[in-house]
Amino acid sequence: MSGDSAGSASASDARPEADSRPAPGDQPGPDERAHPDGRRNLEGIRIDPAVEAEHHSRRAVISALVEDEPGVLARVSGLVSRRQFNIESLTVGPTTVDGHSRITMVVEETDPGIDQIEKQMAKLKPVISVGEVAGDAVTSELVLLKLQGDEPAEVYAVTEMYDGRTVDAGPDTVTVELTGDSTRINNAIGAFKQFGIIEIARTGPTALARGDTPTAPGEKPGTAGEPTTHDDRRDTPHRQ
Amino acid sequence: MSDTAAQPREEETDGSDDPGQPDGSNEPGESTDTESPPSGGPVTTGAESVVAALEAAGAETAFGVQGGAIMPVYDALYGSSVRHVTMAHEQGAAHAADAYGVVAGEPGLCLATSGPGATNLVTGIADADMDSDAMLALTGQVPTEFVGNDAFQETDTIGVTRPITKHNYFASEADTVGDVVGEAFELSRAGRPGPTLVDLPKDITQEQTDRTPGPAAPPAGTDPDPNADADAVEAAARAIENAERPLCLFGGGVIKAEASQAARTFARTYGIPVTTTMPGIGSFPEDDELCLSWAGMHGTGYANMAITHTDCLIAVGTRFDDRLTGGIDTFAPEAEVVHIDIDPAEISKNVHADYPLIGDAERALDQLTAAVREAPDAEAWRERCAEWKETYPLTYTAPEDEPLKPQFVVEAFDEATDDDTIVTTGVGQHQMWASQFWTYTEPRTWVSSHGLGTMGYGVPAAVGARVAADTMGETDRDVICFDGDGSFLMTLQELSVAVREDLNVTIAVLNNEYIGMVRQWQDAFYEGRHMASDYTWMPEFDKLAEAFGALGLRVDDYDEVAPAVEEALDYDGPVVIDFHVDPEENVLPMVPSGGANGQFATAEDQL
Repeated sequence: MSGDSAGSASASDARPEADSRPAPGDQPGPDERAHPDGRRNLEGIRIDPAVEAEHHSRRAVISALVEDEPGVLARVSGLVSRRQFNIESLTVGPTTVDGHSRITMVVEETDPGIDQIEKQMAKLKPVISVGEVAGDAVTSELVLLKLQGDEPAEVYAVTEMYDGRTVDAGPDTVTVELTGDSTRINNAIGAFKQFGIIEIARTGPTALARGDTPTAPGEKPGTAGEPTTHDDRRDTPHRQ
Repeated sequence: MSDTAAQPREEETDGSDDPGQPDGSNEPGESTDTESPPSGGPVTTGAESVVAALEAAGAETAFGVQGGAIMPVYDALYGSSVRHVTMAHEQGAAHAADAYGVVAGEPGLCLATSGPGATNLVTGIADADMDSDAMLALTGQVPTEFVGNDAFQETDTIGVTRPITKHNYFASEADTVGDVVGEAFELSRAGRPGPTLVDLPKDITQEQTDRTPGPAAPPAGTDPDPNADADAVEAAARAIENAERPLCLFGGGVIKAEASQAARTFARTYGIPVTTTMPGIGSFPEDDELCLSWAGMHGTGYANMAITHTDCLIAVGTRFDDRLTGGIDTFAPEAEVVHIDIDPAEISKNVHADYPLIGDAERALDQLTAAVREAPDAEAWRERCAEWKETYPLTYTAPEDEPLKPQFVVEAFDEATDDDTIVTTGVGQHQMWASQFWTYTEPRTWVSSHGLGTMGYGVPAAVGARVAADTMGETDRDVICFDGDGSFLMTLQELSVAVREDLNVTIAVLNNEYIGMVRQWQDAFYEGRHMASDYTWMPEFDKLAEAFGALGLRVDDYDEVAPAVEEALDYDGPVVIDFHVDPEENVLPMVPSGGANGQFATAEDQL
């Protein structure tokens, strides 16, 4: 390009002269270039194009210790929906520390997806610590089942088999309460179907890691009641 | 958005009605009538606490628009050391604050009232969020007791801005509102920068308090360790030493972290060719032999060829946006990736990082420079990059039977101005030409809307950039806004601010009477059906500029370009030049959306 003719008198003088270098249309097109064979998969990981690995999603329990401030649930659920994470359930409840709550989420995601959920949640200001709960964690959920009251004795028997409790009984309905892991709850629901389930309410699972393992990184197990601070997060950054 | 007449209910909600008032002696309504103390004086209200926090944080300039619910804060700004620039529209205030922050390297500050004031800020906040620009937005809100009642000019500002801020705060106490504002200001620049917002109910800002805000700091856990893990640095250094075709990719994070010098030292020490992202423009001088300019959809052919063939990509402060990568499957398909970023969530989000270095860009680059023992053997690779520069130069033709080419206008300004000139743009074809045909050499000279792609960013950004340069005492620097006709029409009301403040800015409208990028895509992908892209109904911008009180010029031919550029640069004050350019000119090269970077088209018929 030459703009050297700036200020010259006529239009033809000021017009840039033909460039000795190739104009865009004269440059080699896409078909005239060498292209590497390498490929990446959808997660941006380099792969052998011949044997592209598929990522399978799996069920993971994510636990987060959060500051119990207004809007914290909206921040977490908003994040999950905006980034299109696949979520099965979300439970929230207070802890023994004033102003702290625990959020337990069950998600169905690929490994990179689970990694992203943890990292994005860690960026939320009210989130003190977050992480996937180890596979052998103690998980439990609660279900309330309102059943037809025609066969109270049989209902009672099944309730006993699942270590449940009758919480309400009337002329037409019986309501039972059960807790346990999701498989146990699903089995119980299957068994109760014969009586006719009128209404059902499930909490979704909540979870704690076993033994000395902290449920979310940075937490101090065995110190319930002691404050757990943001600063703990520094000890467990998401380094790979 | 000021509508004060229609707010009778607010009379009842003066802070003095608050039963929790610590000092019962205050007269009702006293707070609004109290004259603001001089800068640094004792705090008497929540609003004065807000302003005291801003002053203590070092905020020098605010951009905003008055309105009912924010009036107490404005009243407290009266006599403050914080300069307030009144904008024509809140969107302009947010963009001006954003651009001010980009140029000054400090968080920008914008103010708006509740309801429409706050919602008008939203585009600018979202823009800052996508480009990781530090910015604090202060919004007025209806008095606390009316929140949730659909009161006049009420919007759930916290809900609306939650997904587009780093964090937002609802102020609930006059005693702490200053501390909250101070924390929000610091949070916006801590770690990865981004916008924050504090929603200020009018009763809180009017309420009496004598509490001066304490020293401001970001919330615990939000100011990460700047150092990258030492073992990870060593591993990355080995990969770089062994690379045959190493390539740097410097993103906007390099500029935000003030790491441009560290980046230059690293690349030059080891002879590694450099590409940048669009936000990374200016991090490395484009006239350097090693520089291949920016990569991506309309990046240079040679940058895209280098990305396609590199075996070791050293990416710093970039989030691997789709406009950069094209299709992920074909992005740098042969490269091991070293990724430096302050935000762990960006590591392996879009492109897998083989060597993740989580840390501050400047610190991590210094660590890496120290850890590499010998330069990679890349002589042949550098030659190949140089050949690509020869084969795929950024050029255009100017045949006699075709109208003035927009690229020529960009080059004319570049030649006539110094290296420290600040360029702002709108979004579209003109933005691409402004980035392609201008040679950027310094950080914080390229101010544009990248991630959000906000048409209309250019004029308010020029206002913000000019104010920033003047505030820094750099009044000699030129500020040029390249705009499109479509972009200019979206925010040109901010020209009134440039006139009022006598800001020395030149707005070069590359007027092709189209919303040109859409027209280009319609020709390429929609068989030339120009649905709603034909802008032949544009006003005469030179005359419009004169009506605003600016200098207005019009250019149609090549021989008028240089004199107009000269006149504009000599003029002390705002200038608009309406350049009528070739409506059919396309932005090339171009990687089709989702395509392979190496398969960029150099002509329309290749798309």
